[in-house]
Amino acid sequence: MKTIIVASGLALLMSICLAAKDSCVTCHQALEGVQSDPVRKYASDIHKRHGFSCADCHGGDPQRDEAEAAMSPARGFRGKISRMAVPQLCARCHSDARLMHKYNPRQRVDQLAQYLTSNHGKRLAAGDTAVANCVDCHGIHDIRTTKDPLSPAHPLRLPETCARCHSDKARMEKYKLSATVLADYQMSVHWKALAVRGDLSAPSCASCHGNHGAAPPHVGEVAAVCGTCHVMMEDLYRGSPHKPIFDGMGVAGCVACHENHAVMHPTPKLLNSESGICATCHDAESVGGRTAGSMAKLIGELSSEIDRSGAILDRARRSGMEVSPALLRQIEAQEQLVKARVAVHAFRVDAVGAPVKEGLRITRETNAAGLAALEELGRRRTGLLFSLAAIGLTILGLWLWIRNFERKKRSLTAPGANSGSGDDLGG
Amino acid sequence: MEVKARISAAGQWLDERLGLGPVREFLAHKTVPKHSATVWYYFGGITLFLFGVQVATGMLLLLYYRPTSTEAYESVQFIVAEVQFGWLIRSIHSWAANLMMLTAFIHMFSVVFLHAYRRPREVTWLSGIALLGLTMAFGFSGYLLPWNTTSFFATRIGTDMAASMPVLGEALARFLRGGDDIGGATLTRFFGFHVAILPGITTALILVHLALVQRHGISTPLRVERQHQGAGAQVSQIPFAPNFLVRELMAWYGTLGVLGCLAAFFPWELGDKADPFAPAPAGIRPEWYFLAPFYTLKLIPSHVWVIEGQVIGLLGFGLLAAWWVMLPFWATARDGVLRVRLVTGAGVALIAYVATFSFLGYTR
Repeated sequence: MKTIIVASGLALLMSICLAAKDSCVTCHQALEGVQSDPVRKYASDIHKRHGFSCADCHGGDPQRDEAEAAMSPARGFRGKISRMAVPQLCARCHSDARLMHKYNPRQRVDQLAQYLTSNHGKRLAAGDTAVANCVDCHGIHDIRTTKDPLSPAHPLRLPETCARCHSDKARMEKYKLSATVLADYQMSVHWKALAVRGDLSAPSCASCHGNHGAAPPHVGEVAAVCGTCHVMMEDLYRGSPHKPIFDGMGVAGCVACHENHAVMHPTPKLLNSESGICATCHDAESVGGRTAGSMAKLIGELSSEIDRSGAILDRARRSGMEVSPALLRQIEAQEQLVKARVAVHAFRVDAVGAPVKEGLRITRETNAAGLAALEELGRRRTGLLFSLAAIGLTILGLWLWIRNFERKKRSLTAPGANSGSGDDLGG
Repeated sequence: MEVKARISAAGQWLDERLGLGPVREFLAHKTVPKHSATVWYYFGGITLFLFGVQVATGMLLLLYYRPTSTEAYESVQFIVAEVQFGWLIRSIHSWAANLMMLTAFIHMFSVVFLHAYRRPREVTWLSGIALLGLTMAFGFSGYLLPWNTTSFFATRIGTDMAASMPVLGEALARFLRGGDDIGGATLTRFFGFHVAILPGITTALILVHLALVQRHGISTPLRVERQHQGAGAQVSQIPFAPNFLVRELMAWYGTLGVLGCLAAFFPWELGDKADPFAPAPAGIRPEWYFLAPFYTLKLIPSHVWVIEGQVIGLLGFGLLAAWWVMLPFWATARDGVLRVRLVTGAGVALIAYVATFSFLGYTR
């Protein structure tokens, strides 16, 4: 019985040792330079955390100690994966819904299908191995989840990751693509929102082009792409007179006025009938030019009224006046300004006029509230002046009275009688 | 003449019914020592005056204040923005609280440096220190009542500090909060402490403190006493009423003027409404009179050997407070000689510590 227990224990120990054995790691970590890189990098790889080993991608038999046996094609060894084979290799697991569900129930499994529709995927299928595949964006042996800030596919790092190829002028020339996209994007409001404000929901490359199915949106699709975030603008644009005209000209609606990568913060200057973007198509005296000028004037008027009442309220607030209800109303005026800016996409003066009118009505209220607060502040200070005068006079009166009282008392007291008598009258 | 006769008749009428004769007699004979440091005697009275201001303005605020987490902020906002002179009452209440803390500290240190705690005034000192503690408790409980962001998170820091005390810390923090975290229950509790429990205890203790001051009279500084003893003379005195009382009244009026200026030029800000789910804003710190211990605790490492740094800090403060409370007892040597230099040195060191660490806590 004792022998059986010992034998069972030894068998268990051996099986644990064999299961843990990985000759790929053992050998490669003893090597130098690039040969040991995979082992070093793999320590931080998400696949390692989930129990995947080198052999799961590269094949072979990690239980064998001899290199020839471990890396034998007969044992399924694939060696270095060719660039052509990478998408299919990753898809063996990543397109397997049942397997992926084990690690993340909401994990998508359409990456390969998407990739095959992308320009990258199509060109790779055509034999162009210079285009991006999975490892170019996600890394090779140190793959992390896209939520990990160290991942090259993390939203904050994605623009630089795409730019590794798309800012390479020599590489882009081959495809007749601009290599200034990153520089352009870094001038945009989207970049500021992402990199300066740290808003991870701000659009970067993948938001407009797709990630695995990356492709440039066609002219007709641009409004739909922008409209995924700018819903109201898209709706108004689709109903505007510009839509059929731009479609007919083969011009992408949003891009015509706002650019594609270098999307700047829109100001009323954009609508200026002489120097604004509208002036590129409309003469200042044309209907379009006059409409643009009127919309710019309306928006400018509301904007400056908001600034004016805001400055008055801020002065009152800094003086310690309670103007928070007016400051809340000021936010409502700001909302009307946003609505007016959105309404520009209908390209009608009346559409812009309605929120401007409401906004101006609110600013009149907030302006009056701010001025009333400043008037009240003045009254308080005048009141304080009178109170201080009354207090000062009272103190003076008390001082004169006590001085007079003490003088009288002293004159009634015999000289020398106050020394140590216990009723020294002071003064 | 007619008026004087009527006042005299009214006084007589009251005297017959209230028996004010002994009080008048007491006031007629009560005196105050007169010397170069007499000015420090006024601070006890100014502190008392500010307590009166707090009671009066607090009662007015109670007419509109609502002590619930959903209504507290809005009710203070209403007081400040809508109620006639509400801004003035609220601002004076807040400023008077801070001035009261300042004058209470000045009063305490004047007692230390004039050595007024010495025999037979040990109990007067103890009641005064208890009143200082109650004033701080007033400040701590009242700070939360507007339910704004700063007060909410500062109170969380304060109760967290209480929670880290060994043995009873958790229970004390839970008692203060009325739960695991700051919430509506904490506000209601603090309101109860602030408007009922603390005023009741404080009023009783003020009466005890004043009774003891009357019992033992106003102390003459040791230096002045020795000078006069050396010259074989008695210390000069001035009658309490009206000579000292009128001067005290002038100081009260002056304080009222300062309060008015502060309220008009620096109205106490209300800030933003507390959001318990929002992260604590950067640079949050307690009121100025808690800054020195707050900054000291920040400097202590998280662990010293196996003991938590905060626990060590709180134990240190506990010992320091106990040592300070017992000042009249260790200030006198067994042979009855007062350790003047030790007490003065300790007072200077304490002021230097509080001033330096408060400054650092405010600026860093």
